[in-house]
Amino acid sequence: MMDNYWKIFQELFGLDEDFDKGKVVRGEISDWDSVGHIALVTKLEETFDIMMEPEDILQFKSFYQGIDILKKYHVDL
Amino acid sequence: MTVFSNIEKYESNTAVIFEDQQVDYATFVAHTQKVADVIGERCLVFLVCSNTYAALTGYVSFLRNRIVPLMINHTMNPEMFEKLKENYQPKYIWQPKGFSEGNSIYDFYGYELICCKGEDYPLVEDLALLLTTSGSTGSPKYVKQSYKNIKANANSIIEYLDVRSSDRAITTLPMSYTYGLSIINTHLLQGASIVLTEATVMQREFVNLIRKYNVNNFGGVPYTYEMLKKLHFEKLELPSLRYITQAGGKLGKELHSEFAKICNDKGMQLIVMYGQTEATARMSWLPWDKTVEKCGSIGIAIPGGRFSLIDVEGNEIQDSEIVGELVYRGENVTMGYASSGEDLILGDERGGLLETGDMAYMDADGYYYIAGRKKRFLKVYGNRVNLDEVENLLKEIGYETAVAGEDNHVKIYAVNGSAEDIKGFLAQKTGLNMRAFEVLSIERIPRSDSGKVLYSELG
Repeated sequence: MMDNYWKIFQELFGLDEDFDKGKVVRGEISDWDSVGHIALVTKLEETFDIMMEPEDILQFKSFYQGIDILKKYHVDL
Repeated sequence: MTVFSNIEKYESNTAVIFEDQQVDYATFVAHTQKVADVIGERCLVFLVCSNTYAALTGYVSFLRNRIVPLMINHTMNPEMFEKLKENYQPKYIWQPKGFSEGNSIYDFYGYELICCKGEDYPLVEDLALLLTTSGSTGSPKYVKQSYKNIKANANSIIEYLDVRSSDRAITTLPMSYTYGLSIINTHLLQGASIVLTEATVMQREFVNLIRKYNVNNFGGVPYTYEMLKKLHFEKLELPSLRYITQAGGKLGKELHSEFAKICNDKGMQLIVMYGQTEATARMSWLPWDKTVEKCGSIGIAIPGGRFSLIDVEGNEIQDSEIVGELVYRGENVTMGYASSGEDLILGDERGGLLETGDMAYMDADGYYYIAGRKKRFLKVYGNRVNLDEVENLLKEIGYETAVAGEDNHVKIYAVNGSAEDIKGFLAQKTGLNMRAFEVLSIERIPRSDSGKVLYSELG
């Protein structure tokens, strides 16, 4: 599961396997802008078969924080 | 003539909200006077736009004081900026500090005034500002808008949207884009407030600002609505919103219908509009209470404007459901284009009449619908053929094609299918002689990065 989650970020934002996950933060990764954010949310919703609440979509700002947000939807990475 | 000449009458109303500061009209107007005093003459200024207090102050200052701004987005790359400078030779640049090199003579809230050795181009009396139609491509073609244009269009919009002094808009679009600017113009002319932000609808900050300042309206292009859909806008609690508007391209019937329903459920209004920079901003609007019934329509002409449809022979179409070129008449039809400083002496070239380049039809109730761009229509044996429609017809039965050509000669670039089958199918569907169609086989359809078909690369 965690591998899938990390792969989504890698593919969408073109990140290497050994990229520092702590630095995967919205607005700081060049491709993670509003357009990238939509792509990310779409992909997460598809992959884990969930529908995120607007407040969570807005709040979603980093790789690690996303793990906690997904827990709300019973996605245990 | 000027614009915003008497907005100080709104005194203690809040004009602008930015970075947790609220500025009333009296203070705002006093701020606008400073940069105008430094410039001190009617001349051409480059205004590098961002949704910030300094950019807005510059904009209002220039329009109040008959200084002519050419509006540039702050995302423009330096090369294009230099090219534009060569073409237009501005006297001053009002820019975020450090945006370009030059002799800085005044600064204010993160912006600076650069003094250039610009030429003294004569500026025609009515010219108020210059706006691009192309966004980021850096084309030197700019639309010349007059003071009369801006006032006339703002007054029409204020009337049909019922903009009130108690209204509060939040920015969603660049100030250098006519739709974004029209929201600013209408609110300031009515003594209403504007919340300035560079955040997009997908950012927490944007939603927080709406809640904190009780914003009651914003505008969006189709892409804004796609973002809102992804955000599950229907579940987002924003009770202060009275209405949202849409323009800047066709929303698509599905998205239009979806948002019509969402807004209805939320007790707010969705107002779909149509316009072009060449018409200052707006030409039509779809009243919110018709948005379900007339889904997909651009609505009716704005107050003071009039539409007509012109057929192949140049005659006005009277009947409903017949496609022709959409022509608009009104005081908001702009003066014409400029591509260099020398064009700024030229006065009105359009006389209040704009051929939109869009093909449209009207329904029996007088509501208009866009059918496509004129350059995607050919005349074939006296009939208009919509090339996009031909592509769609073929797509429906499994042919992947790109359709182009010239009058009386439709070229179908086909990835699959036999020439005979395609020609036979089209002749039967359109009722046109098979000889009008030529089928050429290609390996793949050339597309841009954004997926648009590159017709210029065909054949």
